[in-house]
Formats: sequence, structure tokens, C-alpha cells
Amino acid sequence: MLSASSKQGTSEPVMTRIDHSNLLMRWRMLKDTLARHGVAVGGLGVIVAITLILVYLLWVVLPMFQSASIDKVTDYSVPGSDERTLHLAMEEQALVGLRLTDAGRVIFFNTWDGSIRKIVPLPIPDDAQITSWAAGTPARRILAVGLSNGQVLVFQHDYQIDFGEARVEGGKPVREITPQIKYPLGESLLQLDEQQRSVTRLAVQSGEEATTIVGLAGEQQIQLLNIRREESFLGDDVTLEETRAEIPRTSRGAISHLLLGKEQRNLYVLSGRDELSHYDLFDKETPSLQQHLALFGGDQRVTSLEFLTGDISLLAGSDQGRVAQLFAVPEQRDSSKRELRQIRAFDDLNGAVQDIAPEYSRKGFLAVDGEGQLGIFHTTAHRTLLTESIADTLQQVAISPRARAALLQADDRLYFYHIENEHPEISWSSLWGKVWYESYDEPEYVWQSSSSSNDHEPKLSLVPISFGTLKAAFYAMLFAIPLSIMGAIYTAHFMAPRMRQTVKPSIEIMEALPTVIIGFLAGLWLAPFLERHLPGIFSLLIIMPFGLLLVAYGFHRLPDRIRHALPEGWEAAWLIPIVLLLGYASFSASPWMEATFFGGDVRIWMSEELGISYDQRNSLVIGLAMGFAVIPTIFSIAEDAIFAVPKHLVQGSLAMGATPWQTMMRVVLLTASPGIFSGVMIGLGRAVGETMIVLMATGNTPVMDMNIFEGMRTLSANIAVEMPESEVDSTHYRVLFLAALVLFAFTFLVNTAAEIVRQRLRKRYSSL
Amino acid sequence: MNNWFKSGQPWIWLNAGAVSISLIMVFGLILLIGVRGLSYFWPSNVIDARYVLPSGETTRLVGEIDSVESIPRVQAESSGYEFDFESEKLTRYLIKTGNRDVTGADFQVVFADFVQDIKYPENLLVIERHEWGNFYGFLRQVKENGQVVAEGENARQELEARLDRATELHDRIMDIQKGEIGSINYQLERLRLEERALELDDELTPQRQQELASQREALNAEYETLRETMNELYGKIRRDSIVAETMSGRQIDIPMAKMVRIYYPNSMGVPGKIGFYFAKVWEFVSGEPREANTEGGIFPAIFGTVMMVLIMSVLVTPFGVIAAIYLREYAKQGLIIRTIRVAVNNLAGVPSIVYGVFGLGFFVYFLGGNIDQLFFPEALPAPTFGTPGILWSSLTLALLTLPVVIVSTEEGLSRIPRSIREGSLALGATKAETLWRTVIPMASPAMMTGLILAVARAAGEVAPLMLVGVVKLAPSLPLDGNFPYLHMERKFMHLGFHIYDVGFQSPNVEAARPLVYATSLLLIVVIIALNLSAIYIRNRLREKYQALEGG
Repeated sequence: MLSASSKQGTSEPVMTRIDHSNLLMRWRMLKDTLARHGVAVGGLGVIVAITLILVYLLWVVLPMFQSASIDKVTDYSVPGSDERTLHLAMEEQALVGLRLTDAGRVIFFNTWDGSIRKIVPLPIPDDAQITSWAAGTPARRILAVGLSNGQVLVFQHDYQIDFGEARVEGGKPVREITPQIKYPLGESLLQLDEQQRSVTRLAVQSGEEATTIVGLAGEQQIQLLNIRREESFLGDDVTLEETRAEIPRTSRGAISHLLLGKEQRNLYVLSGRDELSHYDLFDKETPSLQQHLALFGGDQRVTSLEFLTGDISLLAGSDQGRVAQLFAVPEQRDSSKRELRQIRAFDDLNGAVQDIAPEYSRKGFLAVDGEGQLGIFHTTAHRTLLTESIADTLQQVAISPRARAALLQADDRLYFYHIENEHPEISWSSLWGKVWYESYDEPEYVWQSSSSSNDHEPKLSLVPISFGTLKAAFYAMLFAIPLSIMGAIYTAHFMAPRMRQTVKPSIEIMEALPTVIIGFLAGLWLAPFLERHLPGIFSLLIIMPFGLLLVAYGFHRLPDRIRHALPEGWEAAWLIPIVLLLGYASFSASPWMEATFFGGDVRIWMSEELGISYDQRNSLVIGLAMGFAVIPTIFSIAEDAIFAVPKHLVQGSLAMGATPWQTMMRVVLLTASPGIFSGVMIGLGRAVGETMIVLMATGNTPVMDMNIFEGMRTLSANIAVEMPESEVDSTHYRVLFLAALVLFAFTFLVNTAAEIVRQRLRKRYSSL
Repeated sequence: MNNWFKSGQPWIWLNAGAVSISLIMVFGLILLIGVRGLSYFWPSNVIDARYVLPSGETTRLVGEIDSVESIPRVQAESSGYEFDFESEKLTRYLIKTGNRDVTGADFQVVFADFVQDIKYPENLLVIERHEWGNFYGFLRQVKENGQVVAEGENARQELEARLDRATELHDRIMDIQKGEIGSINYQLERLRLEERALELDDELTPQRQQELASQREALNAEYETLRETMNELYGKIRRDSIVAETMSGRQIDIPMAKMVRIYYPNSMGVPGKIGFYFAKVWEFVSGEPREANTEGGIFPAIFGTVMMVLIMSVLVTPFGVIAAIYLREYAKQGLIIRTIRVAVNNLAGVPSIVYGVFGLGFFVYFLGGNIDQLFFPEALPAPTFGTPGILWSSLTLALLTLPVVIVSTEEGLSRIPRSIREGSLALGATKAETLWRTVIPMASPAMMTGLILAVARAAGEVAPLMLVGVVKLAPSLPLDGNFPYLHMERKFMHLGFHIYDVGFQSPNVEAARPLVYATSLLLIVVIIALNLSAIYIRNRLREKYQALEGG
């Protein structure tokens, strides 16, 4: 263009044109540079966006594995006076603390500075002193004190919260929280010991209908008092029914702890160094001894005994810093008698365990020792989340109901700490190991993420669902691999080119078929069909290959004239009606087989003769349906690999006198095997990640059983089922993210391996 | 025989058998869905027969034979019947008897051997209703305001005439309800949000408040008039009803307001049935779903799918193409780029549910939550974008299909002969110009292929959408006549999810199954068509380049 214009014009316009062109040139160059940078930024941006997936998944998952951290807010001298602290507690928001003292006063104070809010003196007679105290299950906030005259006072601390605007005081928002003391059984004292001996140990539980108090009177007798509210039919008349009983002693040792479960049925008495007696109080008049055991086998002394939330497990702290969890399990395998057994122990504290504070809604707890250490633990995960030295010594610990704050007492100082402990229930062992859950007979792999009950122990083992994933993939591959590879061998090597042109795309188009449709057919058509024709499908496994061989032999025996008249490479087309016929024969013989061999109903026969249970939506259905979805993937890649084997290898082999089949097995297949392998790997990746088919065609129960007639739950289906209901940033949510990450990592690795193998193969072909 | 085995021929035949089995499965599946999906719309004849149990107990059967199956005799005997003939197999019918409001069930399972005197009465009436499913029975009377106006033979014409009027009224009521009242509600909600926004900004002056109040007043007044019109229409539509007799001989009243359409299948000729067939097909693709999605049309699901796929295409095409151009044309080819290429390739194999999880966490909760904090504080705590919706679904699927577009575009770029590029550069074009003027136009069919494959994949994907935006029943479409017309935050319906939901979550699976087959058929046809066109374009392209390279 430039030369053309310079030829035509005079010199002057040329100059301007060149100038113009220079400008144009610069503009073009600028555009070029801009395009280069634009594309680079865009391209890299897209790649970054893709890696963001992995980063984000990790970012959500990682906080689960962080330890707990604590953060000291402040410390102050014990509010109130130098009376001894019996009990510490906090309300929901951890703004108001409570201190029960041996002088019979309840002191409410602000947790962030120790200033006193309210002091409530308990209505205790002047001539009596407090000799013992007890706390009921923390969520009900029941406390009781035992007096030197054999009386007991039961009371409850309660908080009224004004949900209006928060007032700011001292840089802290203060909700108008009004603490108060209530007396659920009235302000009058209850006479536990009728001989008026002092109550030196006490346990209490109080519910809507009944209150049970157990106390040690005069260092000798364990007395029980049960008060039951009886409402008359019309509900206008309430009578209190009292039951008294004495609990038989089992050992001579001094009793140091009494513990009563929230169902008011299990009583634990600790005496001597570590002797624990378990009583059943089902019948309040005649308590019965269930078990007597030495907690630490006699070599450690129990210094602290508490329930884990739910009151199923006991937590026992020893003088050597051990905290052990115990609960009742069958004495022997399959025996109905249950006994307490130590399930797991934490040995991370050094000094004698002084106090244990269980969390309100999770299976975790705090413990302090005499050397001033605080430990945060979780039982199910068997995880020590934190041990930290707070002071020279520690005597008391209280945890806030939401487990966000702790109050610790060391001599006459109180320490107020914030706790950051979002996901204590996760550990390697709780995700991938066998865990002994409460009320289970033995350690098991269980996935059960939620339940209606509040103190439910989440069971987050990924093993059953990972197992389900692999089981589904296994059956799918069992069906898909032979069919697709055999199909690929024939299509690539023996089929007439004209037929191949239509066959290959037809099978490949299956890959694009929405899996929701396959899943729907599998669940609503195939599953009932298989249930009705179960013998048919298994007889098909035998009939089909033999039938095909028979047909092939028949063809072989045909007169040469007819044989040669038929075009070569169309065997697959002729076999279609024969396969249909064999299938039809097999399925129509199914009811007859069922009647003849299996007494009419093969499912009943299986469960009676073989003990195999049958689900309608089972692994067989999954194997067929998901196998069907995976066939095109494997077929397509394997076929490409076999087809791409250089022709001169084949021709060489044939020229040396090998039969086509020998050439296939010894030359072609060997050369193409990496490609076939990579196809199988990619197919496996697809089977592992497939969601809709398993969601629709199995019962989605997370069982661990290789039985082909039972269903499973896979990682992907589990995500699809539970993700929408899971609370953002909860442990459950993050575990589901972890499941996604596992899927991501697995398929990514498998696919990468396959891809590398494939690229190697390509290189090898090009060198051949 | 031995020689024959040695020759390897039998094994070749076995391999051929594997191909046959695969082909049978593919075409069998398509055939199964095709036949079941297409027969859904066909008005089959309705039988009127006597069902005589061996005990002598006789009932009347009126309904369509839905399916026929044969079961072993033992199974049948275990259900407590005795058969006095010699046969190992028994035929069992599943008969759709409808009248769920009367009998409590839509279907009845009967043994063919006990069905006697099958007749096909011409006057057997089928009514499709807005609720309670189909009615099968005989027309007895037509009533107006409770007074009988026609009986016997006349009733048939009278009913047809009056039903037209009722259908028209019903359409008008629906129009007002969905269109005008929906619009007023939408505007009222916007006013509320506006007020809240002003309040949050401390700009809610009494004057503004007054303005808003007067606007609200006006809308409420408009609403009142509409409601009056509606009441009037309701009064009119309630006028007519019919009395019909069910198979048990009970006479029931059916108001015409509850009828969708009536027909007499046994008196329809083949042309009549074909006409009916296409009317049903049209209703299916253009109508709204009824009765918890188990009846009526799937228009909202089609619309939602198309919308989602369109938004996704707009997002995925430029990014995918730019990434491919970068990888193929600009980036320095080396180990890193090779690694990236493998990684991108492999992302296509990452399970779709993983993208769903990412979409839910990152797009919905993280991005959406922050957008709500920044731009829609007035609606909080109700989320606007911080909840699953069509935008997030499209974005998630765009990410999911990105590898497809990248791989396909890259393949197209790599197939363009070097000579063309070099020719362009030699003539003085810059790299950008070469790309823009020659390479990209030549590679555009490859991009098209990539996009088509992406669309086909997105249209069939369900698992991630269950997390990021589909619902079983969306109250309004993502595109409507209310400003700003395109509502990207709304949830939507989707064909694939519709199949899952109706097939597995619906209370009346048996009745809904044909509809699921029909929906599946539609989805399969769309996806196969898309794939075939992609294959066609790709083949054309290959031929073209082969010709180029050859010449």
C-alpha cells in the first residue's frame, strides 16, 4: 500500500502520507502491544481463576485442622470477698459471671472487669454452714448446697436479657442482662438427712417433673431424696411425692465424689483412690449396684470427676494429669450386660487435674491442673487442641455455654479468656479412623452428620462414603471395562471402515447424555426391571458369551460360498439381532428359572439361603447404569489408541504369518496398552465423581458392605444431599468441602496420570 | 474346532458382540425414552370392564391401561389370590383410573385374567383438571348456578360451549394474577426497599416519606380495583358445573373452573387424536406446570435452562477464547505452559459437584454475601445475591465448561497451517492483526464447536445446579416485564433438575413418570442435536484445513 501510493502521488503528499503511515504504524504497534498484554492478562486471569477453585477449597478446609487458641482478656482479684469459691459459671453471652461461695452468697459480676453486679445471699439458717455443693446438668443451671444440719437448698441461676439496643459501657456493649436466683422447689430447705447430720458430699438433678438429690450424710450414709411432681388429671392440683432411700456402700474408702446423671437414673460414687461404684436408680426406693471398678487400676488417684455433655460418658481426672473418658459398653461381644470401660485418655496435663468443665453442646471439655495449665480437649476426635500455662496454679474452671470464653481461678485471682475453638471434632482419626462413639458397642466407621438431639455426637467418618464411592466405581468399571475395551478392539481393528464411521460417533455421543436421564432410567426403570428379572441378568452372563461363540462357530461351518459372499468387518451388525434374541430368551426364561430353582422368588431365596439382603436400588443397578455412562469415555480413548497404532507394525506382523488375532494380542494391544490404561483411568475418574446416577439409583445409605445387592452413599451424592442444609462455616460444611477436595484431588491425580501416559504414547508413536 | 479356536476367530466374534451390546444399549435407551416420551401425549382408549375376582366379588373398571407386565405365578399367589388354571406366568395391568379425589389413588393393579367384558363406550368422558388429576366417567348433567340446564345427549354440546367460556375466564384470571397483581407486588416491594435504604442512609425526610406513602397508596388503590375485577371474574367462572358419574356409580359435581380440557377418547378418530396429540405437545412445551409439576407444561424449565445457558455462553466464550489464544499464540511454549495445558485439560474431568461446592462457597456465600453488604443493605437480612440464583449458576457452569472451550479453541488454532500465519506476517501485518484478521476467523468454527459442546454439557448438568440455583418451582421467571427486566438474582427451573425432582421427589411418582419421560426426550433431543452439529462443524473444518494444507 505504501509503495503503491508513493508511485502515484507527488513528493509532498507522499511526505504527509508517510507521516500519516508512521502514525498509523505506531497505532498498529500500540494495538499489537495492547493485544499482547490484554491477552496475556486475560489468559493468565482465566488460569488463575481455575486454580482459585483449589485454593478456595483449601481455604475453607484448612481451619478445621487448626488448633484452638486462647486470648487473655483480663484478670482481676476474685470479686466479692475472700470467701472460698465453690462454683463458677457464666451466662450465654459470657458477659455475666457467677461465683458461689462457701459463705452462702451468689455473686454476679461482669466478666470483663470483675465489677460486681449483684450479690444474692442464699436463705440459709444462721446456725448452719455450707458443707457441700453440687451442680446439675449445666444447661439447666441448677445448683444445690448441702448444710451442716442435714438440709439441702436447691436453686437456679437465671438471666433475663433485654434484646433492645445495646448500651456501651467501658468500651463494651452491655445488653441489659438481669441475673437472678430462682428456687424451683421453693425457698424452703429440704431435709435430706433426717438425723440432721451434716451433708458433706452432694449430687443433684432437677427437671420439670422430678428432682433427685443424693448426699453423703455424716461421712457415712448415702441418702437419696426424690421429689416428683404429680399433677391431677385436671391439671389444677399439684402434689409433691417424696421418696427416700439409702444407697448401700460398697467400699470403706472415703467418698470424694457423687455424680448423678441428668436422667436421674445413673449414680456414680467415687471412694478411696479410684474406686467407682455405679448404681441404677431406676427404682428410687431400691437402688441397685451395677458395677464396681478401679478407674485407674489403683495407680492413680482420681481428683476430679465430671460428665461429658449428654451424661453418657464420665470424665475422670487423676493426680498425674490424666483425663480418662469412660462409658458403658457390652461386657463381651454380643452380651447384653454393659460395663463401664475406659475408652480413651488424654495425658497432656502434668499436674493433678483440679477441675473439668465440659462444653455445653459439643463433646469437648476444658481441664485445669495444679501446675496452672489449661487444656482444651475433644473426646470423639481424641484431640488435644491446646495446653497452655496460665498461672502458677489453677483450681477452678468454667466455660461459657457457647464455648467462646473461660473463667479460671488461681488462688485469689480470676482470669478471663476468650477461646477460639471452632472445629474441635475434626482430627485425622475422627475422619479416617475407627472411632468408638458413645452408646456404640465397638469402634466403627460411621457417617451421621446430624440428628434431632442437641447433645448429639456428630459422626463424621469419611470412610463409609469413600468406601461407597469406590464400591460404586468398582462395579461400574467391572461392567464397563470389558465391554468398552473389547468394543474398542473390534471397532478400531476389525470393523469395516464404513461401519466404523457411524459406530464410533454413536457410542461417543452417549458421553454427552445427561447423567440425570441415565440416573432416572436406572432408578425408575432399570431397578424395578432387574428386581423382576434377577435370574435373567445372571443367566445372561453365561448365555451371552456362549451363545455368541455358538453363532460364530455356526458361521464358520457355513459353506464357503455363502461366507465369502458376506462383506468382512460387519460381524457386529449381524450380531445385533442375535444379541437381542439371546437377551430376550434370557429374560423371558427368568420367571421360569425363578420358579424352578429359587422357589418362586429369588429375593426371598437369597435372604433365606444365603443371608443376602436385597435393596431395589443396589450396586448392580449402579454398576450397569454408571458403567453405561463410563463406556463411551473408555471406548473413545482406547479406540483412538488402538487405531493410532502404526499400520506398518500390523502389516509386518501379518506378513510374518501371524493371524489377525495374534497380531492384535501380541503387537497392537501391547503397543496401545498405555492408551487403554489412560482411558480406564479417565473412566474411573468419571465414575468416582458421578453424582446424579448414584443419587437417583441408590438408597443413599452410608453402609459399608461389598454386597452387590445393597446400595451405598458416595462422596458426591453425600455433598448433593447434605450441602444445601449445612450451616455456613460449620464443621459439617467444612467436612463437605473436604469431601469435595478429596474428589477434586483424586480425579485430578488420576486424570493427570492418564494424560501423562497418553502424551508419552503419542511421542512413542511419532518415533515409530 | 480346535483349529478354529487357534485362529482367534471366536475372540474376534466376541469383541464384535461387545460392540453390538454397546450399540443396543445406546439405541435402546434412546428408543425407550423416545417411545415412552412420545406416547405420553397420545390419548389412548379408555376401557370400561368388569373385574371379577375368584371370590365372585365384582367391581367395575374404568380407565386407561397404563402398562402390562407378566409376573411369576408364585408372586401373584403370595398376594392372596388363587388361580384355577395352568400357567406359570400371569399378566398384570396397571390401570390409570384417575378420580383421585374419590378413590384416593390414581392407579389400580389388576390381573388380566379377571378382567371381563371390555368395552370402549363412545360417551366415556375424560376431564383434565387443575387439581386431583384426571377424571374418568360419564357426563350426566350440566348445571348453571346449581340449576340443571342440560341433560343426556344435549349435555355434551352444552358442556363444550360453556367450557370455552370458563377457560377464557380462567386465562384472564391467571393473566391478572401473574401479570398485573404480580407487578404491583413487585413495585410495593421496591418501595419498601427504597424506604429502608433511605432510612439506612438517614435521608428519610418526612417529605420523602410522604411521597413514598402516596405512591404506595396509588398502588394499593390499583390493587383494590384489580381485586374487584378478579372477584367478579371468580363469580362468573363459578357459575357452571357438571354432574358426572364415576365407575362406582357415584355422581359428583365438577365445577368448570377446575377443568383444563375434556375429551372423549373412544369416539375420537385418528385425525382427532393426532390433533389432540399436537395440542398436548404444545401445552407441554408452552404451559405452566400444574399439581406439583406432575401435570401441565414445562415452559418455565425450558426458559430457565435456555436463560442460564445463554448467560453462561456470554461469560464463557470470551474468557475461554482469550485463554486459548494466550496459551497457543502468545505464551512461550515450555514446560510451564505444557503443565497448564494438562491441568486445564484435566479440569474437564473434575466432578461437576466439586464446581457446585465451589460455586456455593465462593460465589454465593462469599461474593454474593459481600455484594449484599455493599449494594443491597436495605434488603438484609433477606439476601439478594447472597443466595443461590441464576447468575451464580451461570458463573459456576461457565467455570465448568471453560476447559471445553479452551481445549476446542486451542485445537482449532493449532490446526491452522503455519503458512497462513507466516504469509500474513510477511505481508507486514502485526501479530494482533494476523490473529484478528486471519487466524481467528479461520478458527471461529472451532470456537463455535467448543461453545456448542459447552452448551450441551451445561444443559445436561444438574448436580452443581442443585447447590447454586435451581428450585423445583420458581414463582417468577428470571426475565419479565418489571424493571430491570433481567433478574439475575432469581432462582430458576431447569429441565434436568425437573427430571430429578419430578421423578424422585414427587409424591405421586407413578402419575408423573410419563411426564418425566417426555421431559427427558426433549432434553436428549436438544443435547444430541447440539452434539451432532458440533461434530458436523468439526468435520467440515478438518476437511477444509486438509484441503488447505494439501494445496
